Amino acid sequence: MNEALLRLDGITKEWFGIPAVSDLTLAVIRGQVTGIIGENGAGKSTLMNVIGGVVPPTSGEMRLNGTSYAPTAPVDATRAGIAFIHQELNLFTNLSILDNIFITGFPRRFGLADRRAAARVARPLLERLGIGHDPATLVEDLAPGERQLVEIAKALHRSADLIIFDEPTTSLTPRETSRLFEVIARLRDEGRTVIYISHILSDVRALCDRIAVLRDGRLVDEGPTAEFGIARMIRSMIGRDLASLFPARSAAPSDSILVEARGISQPGVVEDITFSIRTGEMLGLFGLMGSGRSELARIFFGLDPAASGSLAVAGRTTGGGPVARIADGIAFVTENRREEGLLMDASVAENITLATIRQFGRGPFGLLDRAAETATAEQATADLSIRASDLGRLPVRSLSGGNQQKVVIAKWLAAAPRLFILDEPTRGVDVGAKYEIYALADRLAAAGNAVLFISSELEELTGMCDRILVMNRGEITADFARAPASPHFYREALLAAAFRELVA
Amino acid sequence: MTAREPAGNASRPAADPGANPPDTAATGPQDRPLRRRLSDMLGGLLLSDFFVLYLSLAYVLVLIPFLPTLAMPANLSNVLSNMWPLLVVAVGQTFVLTIAGIDLSQGSVAGLTSILVAMLIATSAPEQVLGHTPVWGLVLSEAGGPLAGVPLGTWVAIAIVLFVAALIGFANGVAIAVLRMPAFMVTLVGLIALSAFAIWLTQSNNIRELPDDFVNLGKGTLISLFFGDQYAPQLPRREVHAFITWPMIIALSLAAAAHVLLSHTVFGRQVFATGLNRRAAEISGVPVTRIIVTVFVISAVCAAIGGLLYTARLETGRPTLGGGNFLLDVIGATVIGGTSLFGGKAKILWTIWGVLFFVLLGNTLNLMNLSAFHIDMVKGGVILAAAFLDVARQRLARGRR
Repeated sequence: MNEALLRLDGITKEWFGIPAVSDLTLAVIRGQVTGIIGENGAGKSTLMNVIGGVVPPTSGEMRLNGTSYAPTAPVDATRAGIAFIHQELNLFTNLSILDNIFITGFPRRFGLADRRAAARVARPLLERLGIGHDPATLVEDLAPGERQLVEIAKALHRSADLIIFDEPTTSLTPRETSRLFEVIARLRDEGRTVIYISHILSDVRALCDRIAVLRDGRLVDEGPTAEFGIARMIRSMIGRDLASLFPARSAAPSDSILVEARGISQPGVVEDITFSIRTGEMLGLFGLMGSGRSELARIFFGLDPAASGSLAVAGRTTGGGPVARIADGIAFVTENRREEGLLMDASVAENITLATIRQFGRGPFGLLDRAAETATAEQATADLSIRASDLGRLPVRSLSGGNQQKVVIAKWLAAAPRLFILDEPTRGVDVGAKYEIYALADRLAAAGNAVLFISSELEELTGMCDRILVMNRGEITADFARAPASPHFYREALLAAAFRELVA
Repeated sequence: MTAREPAGNASRPAADPGANPPDTAATGPQDRPLRRRLSDMLGGLLLSDFFVLYLSLAYVLVLIPFLPTLAMPANLSNVLSNMWPLLVVAVGQTFVLTIAGIDLSQGSVAGLTSILVAMLIATSAPEQVLGHTPVWGLVLSEAGGPLAGVPLGTWVAIAIVLFVAALIGFANGVAIAVLRMPAFMVTLVGLIALSAFAIWLTQSNNIRELPDDFVNLGKGTLISLFFGDQYAPQLPRREVHAFITWPMIIALSLAAAAHVLLSHTVFGRQVFATGLNRRAAEISGVPVTRIIVTVFVISAVCAAIGGLLYTARLETGRPTLGGGNFLLDVIGATVIGGTSLFGGKAKILWTIWGVLFFVLLGNTLNLMNLSAFHIDMVKGGVILAAAFLDVARQRLARGRR
């Protein structure tokens, strides 16, 4: 039973003399789910690249099924029965489910691809994974969760023994996530071996049999899940105790109202949204994917139209596009910072001053005052403890997720807004950096601003917010205030409100 | 950061002696410094703003022994005079490429400008040539254009055609930024339709007899140099070569202004932001629509100024001025300079060197007595090499961070 399918022995991988993984020894037990956790840069991706044959290790060896395993290319890993399910899926979205599963080799008949035979093979496979679609359905018509299942079907078709999941749930809804977990559990029950890499510690705990923790390229902790509490996981990951996952709030909200939304409606998107945020208040907005939470944020920022209703910040009604909204004191930290938050190839300084660039123009032609710009960027990076070496040249792309998110926040801080809309601000950010972002959100509120904190992670909302609104199908269905006596929210009530339709 | 690596490397084996096989630790420090210094130098050269200038100089130095005419004053003067109109147009294209767009209509705008300005200021026109054109009697007559002989008529005509060009650029920009049509399609239509319109206007005829003050803009010389015999009683005309000319002044001041605008102003920063990530720029309060429209206006006006310089130099309004390989020259020169076709990476300085290199290339191929076909084949190859070099430079730049 406790036989190792994959055994890593003293694996070291150096990049230009700097080790990304050092002397790592780990046994992946057959028929179990092994969770691998660690902060960004802890060496998880490098380790997976070594296992997947993308890069050769500098030293050390691997044994698969007891025989030496030294892949020189990803195709070796595939042949050896190792499959990767990445967060960015390797599917051809313009092709059908069937084409994707058989992409490396269709069954043939008279030298031509025999689609009928392929479909006969594929159908039971899809059924087993609970994919209800016809094999001829195009992948682009599938939801993210279903695409992931197709990727798994591909792996099963190639009879992979070891399936490695790398952050598979980042783009999934809670329902898709739970379905994925059922599938993973079933794979294990069939005797397949799974490596599961994730930032979401509670998922890792719920899903895995064993947990391995990486820090600075080393294996720092390893053991059966039963012995791993969340606290131990975090301690091992960051190398010290984190008193709590959430910082204490430093100031209570005042009674004056700063932001007021009245009757905002857009047919098919949101319906009669009315609420207010007080000065210094952090208001949580909880909802599942498709509940209209992000759409509401886009309407607030003038990116999408609203048929009726109004939004007022500090007594002034706002309108128009982003330029006008910024002038009215709104800042919007979008849910995907790569696509909408940052100029990934521009420098840290250029990103920080982007929203306020006009302030640095001098004279009739708007000549840039670079000294002032640099000073502002330096001030902001020091203020938010953004770790970046050369602000003027280093592209934001090379920063860690947490530091990138802080650059986005610094950009908005420079514009001195009154309402901060934070849409999933901790997505793809590791535990230590999450804490810093929570602390920043607290600072924004304590400075007398209003914070609208949108998230699909209930824990962070209950941990940080003064009040939580629940959205469902474009409407606000519940409004929970932190109970005055005990600092807790009623989790069940919140979830019930969010899942209203599903429960009923 | 690069400088600190060897230190970290040296201390590492001491920290965990068992992890590294001894041979990697032994060979590392010995041959790394020299190799690194060499690759640093090479990398620095490749990434320098003046890389294409160095390349041009090296190219000339290599070719001079085989092509002595290359360095003759007459030829250098010729190279320079070929540079200026192309530079003006390429400056406009640089702005468009920065926002990850492309302007294929520049050649047609230059052709239309050429014919329009000539039509307005020609001092006379032969009826047997232009009598059957749609503009005969309407704009053009035996006595020339409506602004012929009018005080400051040339300048009024220039203002008018620049305004027309700005309108074309505005229409391009609106179609691209507001209607969200792809720049390639919009300006391709401009290329086809505007060029056909220009040719139709004069039924493919050229308009000559342009006034002196206009011609002077394209040929006027401020400083000429005499390279002949010191004691010659008269200066033979062919030994006097123009170096500082009006087109040079116009093109270089325009390029200087454009450089400041693109690299040192709020507007320029917003142009880059739009090219790097339009969505993020929009959400960060960059007036993206206005930036895109302005950039296409700049591009069309630059094309028009380039067209005016060519027209004055040829002393002829020619509807097919921007036809043939004109677009290849403009985009080729800009990209060779180092401006990326994917947006967000550009410098006017680079474009100046790119134009210099491209003109030198055409010039040397001409001097080798190659046919036009061979010249284009070689030019194509050089653009391909430039594209490859660009990829290599980007990889290098990424590796250095």
